[in-house]
Amino acid sequence: MLSLQGVSAGYGSFRALFNVSLEVGGGEAVGVIGPNGAGKTTLMRVISGLVLPFSGSMVMEGESLTGVPAYRIIERGIAHVPENRRLFPKLTIEDNLRMGAFIPEARRQFAKQLEWVYELFPRLKERRTQFAGTLSGGEQQMCAIGRALMSRPKLLLMDEPSAGLAPLIVQQVFDLVRRIRAEGLTVLIVEQNVQQVLEIVDRAYLLEIGKIKFSGTSVSLKNNEMIRKAYMGL
Amino acid sequence: MDLYLLEAMVNGLLLGGVLALLALGLNLVFGVIDVVWIAYAELVMCGMYTVYWLHVYYGWPIEFACITAVAIVAILGFLVHLLIIEPILGAAPINQLLATGGLLFFLQSFATLLFGTDFRNIGIRLPVIEIANLYISYARLMAFGVALAGAIALYLFLKNTYLGTAIRAISQDREIMGLMGVNERRIYLVTSAIGGALAGLSACLLALQYDVHPFIGNTFGPITFMICVLGGLGNMIGGFVAAFIMSQIIAIGGYYTSTEFAYVLAFTFFIVLMLVRPRGILSA
Repeated sequence: MLSLQGVSAGYGSFRALFNVSLEVGGGEAVGVIGPNGAGKTTLMRVISGLVLPFSGSMVMEGESLTGVPAYRIIERGIAHVPENRRLFPKLTIEDNLRMGAFIPEARRQFAKQLEWVYELFPRLKERRTQFAGTLSGGEQQMCAIGRALMSRPKLLLMDEPSAGLAPLIVQQVFDLVRRIRAEGLTVLIVEQNVQQVLEIVDRAYLLEIGKIKFSGTSVSLKNNEMIRKAYMGL
Repeated sequence: MDLYLLEAMVNGLLLGGVLALLALGLNLVFGVIDVVWIAYAELVMCGMYTVYWLHVYYGWPIEFACITAVAIVAILGFLVHLLIIEPILGAAPINQLLATGGLLFFLQSFATLLFGTDFRNIGIRLPVIEIANLYISYARLMAFGVALAGAIALYLFLKNTYLGTAIRAISQDREIMGLMGVNERRIYLVTSAIGGALAGLSACLLALQYDVHPFIGNTFGPITFMICVLGGLGNMIGGFVAAFIMSQIIAIGGYYTSTEFAYVLAFTFFIVLMLVRPRGILSA
């Protein structure tokens, strides 16, 4: 579905990604793990068009994404749940979800999609007229995921969905990723919570200082001695 | 209560409607784009000249002249963003202030060059009507009604459409708008055109009550800025409330003293309130 070939990117003269190649197949859940500052967030931002790559190519379902601005990339079926959720704090939950359905194709299905999102997150429905800024961390994450789902994406990019959440809520968020997958969505998820993310993805890439160091099935990563030591504390 | 005082207060209320409409446009542009259009009242002046020329010179019916004026000032607003603001969007705010300040002098001088400094009147005399012993100018009553209708239309647009929701959202997180499928540039251009349209609508209402001349903007510009700051820059509801507070101070102050002194009172009130609530009357 999504294929990156030799992507390098960064900010100004600073390089965050070196020659990164990555594949995500339709229906798969793929993880990207790695330490702080490895370039995981930059990778997500390059795919969704917030950061333009210096070089390399990106292809989504046979069509090039290279140089396409963010507001057009979402029309290709890629929705991005950004790091730190980034809700509009002074809009109601329902207005936040409405923003998620801004693209014309999504507007036509707004009512149906809203019903589905409220079914996934009954909590959001209860609070739909509340400002998003008044929600708890877990509810905000639900709202951010719901907002991304409103655009009817094929591929969902999730950047650190568990960050800053209580362990019990983290569990709920990961359960939710399973449910979203069951609905037929493809997921690319960036996480520092290595042990738990490997439970929900099929494959994962290890990103260190901007380079892919290792890739394989989640089973092979879980059994890799180096990863167990460095990232799972085992 | 004194009947004349009541009449002054009713007139103040009616004036407040037009001031509120003026403040709404300026606040919208500031709230969305984070730019202060110093030349806002000069866009109003352009609209007033448009009404004047179309109606008096070309003999258009006043309704068509007004609709055209709204459209023309909307286009002017669009061009202000495209030609002046966009190239310096990332620059320090002072540069944007200076650039639109430059536009103010440009428009004033250009109007002087084209039309001279004559005071021109569109020559429509609307009657004064009597309601329960109060004498009220029909032009003011109509201006109030249209201004209120304009404000309500804007509110419904911002509240109920996708574009309106994006306009409310953009100042809360600009970077993330792309992920929603929103082209930031398009939002700025649409907002500027709406800001222009509001200036154009105000121009039509003011043309019914005031003569147009190249410096008419000086009459409304300072008070409009004062209202916006008093309500909290970018806060549309605050600006709306502030417009009516200011217009009442001017009306009641004018009744007890003189029109000139009423402005002294209004500005004094403004200065004192800025010391007490520097971020606007509605700030928490």
